[in-house]
Amino acid sequence: MTFGRGLRALSIASVVLITGAFALVFFYAPNDADQGFVQKIFYVHVPLGIVALCGFVAGGIFGIRHLRSGDRADDLRSYVAIHISLILAVGVLVTGSIWARAAWGQWWVWDEPALVSFLIVFLLYACYQPLRFSIEDPERQARYASVFAIVAGAFTPLNFLAVRMAESLVHPRVLSTTGGSMPGEMRMTFLVSLVGMACLFVTLWKYELASKSASIQLRSLRRRLAGDDGLAPLTRSAAPQQL
Amino acid sequence: MPALPLDDAGPYVAAAYLVFLALILIYVAIMATKLGRIEREISEITEIVERREGDGAQDREEERV
Repeated sequence: MTFGRGLRALSIASVVLITGAFALVFFYAPNDADQGFVQKIFYVHVPLGIVALCGFVAGGIFGIRHLRSGDRADDLRSYVAIHISLILAVGVLVTGSIWARAAWGQWWVWDEPALVSFLIVFLLYACYQPLRFSIEDPERQARYASVFAIVAGAFTPLNFLAVRMAESLVHPRVLSTTGGSMPGEMRMTFLVSLVGMACLFVTLWKYELASKSASIQLRSLRRRLAGDDGLAPLTRSAAPQQL
Repeated sequence: MPALPLDDAGPYVAAAYLVFLALILIYVAIMATKLGRIEREISEITEIVERREGDGAQDREEERV
């Protein structure tokens, strides 16, 4: 199975889009009338958040596919989607905290639904790797991980909707019907950032898939070659070890 | 809160973008380490194959003798 197909084109597209987006952020998009220059954090923070949440949902979709077909490659796809989304989620929390400090004077606001709900989603997915690691049998590990990915993946959009319906204290609702009226330059910059971030996610996802798949196949090849030498059984790992 | 002046807002904006950059760079560094491991494994497999080929050639030589 080849996961690395189209990786070169995707990498180039990611670099071009992310560089273009950052150029638009600093040279094209106007400063926000209310927050001023610090609002530029929006163009990295919000796309990161949207892409991370979509990645969690994608992990759930691959989990469904794995349970339906039993294809171990879908378990690997789900694992990697969640893995990359977790990394992006760290970025969301840190950039959000920096923005909060600059805009509200505090690193974190505990009674703000948008912040706390994202932290809950992050902590929920932080349990994914330990869950996988705790199960030794690869078949059971993949099955339980898929169930987790599906349940948590369904929780993510529900959580997002709950936050939209909740009363906001300080965190803005930028993409709502009332708050979505960004000026054209800001909207364009935001959309380019979002597409760039999505492209980066897919690139990293394919990159990691190709790397994991190569490792798994190499390990399997080495075991087959040195099979009669009596190699030790597979060591326990959170990552899928078979394809 | 009123908007921060550019001098005060600049470090926050730079910090946020640097966090993003750092995340990507750390990820690439980790992937580079994994690539090194894959390369090492390929060398080990090549060694095993070469050793097997050597043993096979020696066996054939002995049979002929």
